[in-house]
Amino acid sequence: MTSASLTRIGAMVRRYWYLLRSSWPRILDLIYWPTVQMLMWGFLQTYVASNAGFFARAGGVFIGSVLLWDILFRGQLGFSISFLEEMYARNLGNIMISPLRPVEFVASLMIMSLVRLSIGMVPVTFLAIFFFGFNLWALGFALAAFFVNLILTSWSIGIFVSGVLLRNGMGAESLAWTIMFLFLPLTCVYYPVAVLPLWLQYVAWALPPTYVFEGMRALLIDHVFRADLMLEAFAFNAVLFAAASIAFSLLLRSAREQGSLLQMGE
Amino acid sequence: MPASPAAIAVDRLVKRYKTATAVDGVSFELPRGSITGLLGGNGAGKTTTIAMIMGLVTPTSGTVSVLGAKMPEQRYDVLQRMNFESPYVDLPMRLTVRQNLSVFAQLYAVEDIAGRIAEIAADLELIDLLDRPTGKLSAGQKTRVSLAKALLNRPDVLLLDEPTASLDPDTADWVRGRLEHFRATNNATVLLASHNMMEVERLCERVIIMKRGRIEDDDTPERLLERYGRDTLEDVFLDVARGRGHAAEAGR
Repeated sequence: MTSASLTRIGAMVRRYWYLLRSSWPRILDLIYWPTVQMLMWGFLQTYVASNAGFFARAGGVFIGSVLLWDILFRGQLGFSISFLEEMYARNLGNIMISPLRPVEFVASLMIMSLVRLSIGMVPVTFLAIFFFGFNLWALGFALAAFFVNLILTSWSIGIFVSGVLLRNGMGAESLAWTIMFLFLPLTCVYYPVAVLPLWLQYVAWALPPTYVFEGMRALLIDHVFRADLMLEAFAFNAVLFAAASIAFSLLLRSAREQGSLLQMGE
Repeated sequence: MPASPAAIAVDRLVKRYKTATAVDGVSFELPRGSITGLLGGNGAGKTTTIAMIMGLVTPTSGTVSVLGAKMPEQRYDVLQRMNFESPYVDLPMRLTVRQNLSVFAQLYAVEDIAGRIAEIAADLELIDLLDRPTGKLSAGQKTRVSLAKALLNRPDVLLLDEPTASLDPDTADWVRGRLEHFRATNNATVLLASHNMMEVERLCERVIIMKRGRIEDDDTPERLLERYGRDTLEDVFLDVARGRGHAAEAGR
């Protein structure tokens, strides 16, 4: 009776899929911002490359950065928005008294983050080829390593934020939308870690995405795949994921103690 | 799991929050197949008691067991055999009625989902609504859909929190009829929290009256009316709420 059920996970994925396909603005929203970001950074790179020798050699580094950043950001957002949909719908009470276990709920949110990410990002990667000749898919195995590490980080943050929402309700909603922006300067998405003050570099190297963005620059500028960076990122991700899962369990327990799981009118 | 004669057993249940005690030493047992009303004003502790029975809220002290499983620790042993309906919990509005019911049927491992949805839709007069978005329905229609969700898995224990709140008298009466029918045909244990005395009088064979987190009285509707010397449960409720006590005690 304690094992996770694929049937129940499938039920929740179906629930989110029904919601997503019921609204074309929701689908358009998934593609809109990644496209705008990619175009802006792509044209900026085109301009800078025509005026500076280094950037001419570093072909695609901005576009690669923005695409990988969007995997990180949209991965977390996809997770958190699916969770928020339950709160917007006032359906959390029904979910929490159903046989769905927390691990199954989280698994369905992970799957939906992949679904939403695919809908948003896959077309944008092809637009990057069309507009700028930058083929993210050509990174091959490196792309897979980047993706796994970034999505693990996004899920960890999504799990933590969901726990905070369970515990504190909609008052914590803004966290879901903004928390990842803290990672933007610290994980050195658009510049090398060496740019940061020394003390901040220690912080940066404690965050798994930093290794991915450094690894991407090594690949695109120096044409070297840094497997060591990916393994270090994976190790940090394992710790982050475990910490987020523990935090979620503690926040859920606290929510049960504080009675915040169900607002039933009293 | 040890066999228990009671479907729900609540023993010296206490729930304290930082600044308030919501439930203060409540004990009762509900036999299988019984239907019980939980009466009380706002803040009496009805909802918190139901939430602890469902495993949604952890008691500060005391115990709750449902179908022999200790709540909330063993909730996943029995949640499949329970269900809940409240006008304060919605179903996703953008999903059609059929989509919502099929998702919950899958969550509750209902066999022959399409067949069960067709059956319950016929029973609750939802057939014409099945492919409409839930958010486009009237309040009465939404209540019927919520009831369908609550009865999908043919629960052994059904918890209802003001199931007819905000419904017109005709729809409310119809809902009560369906609840009576379900209880009679499935031998389900029903615990109904309500402010509606007429509803409780009609449906319940036992009434537990709560006030400020405690049980003030607990008896059959007939015996309560007799003891308080009143004609309606509403008058009994007002006596309890205003601290007037039994008729005999009040010297009436």
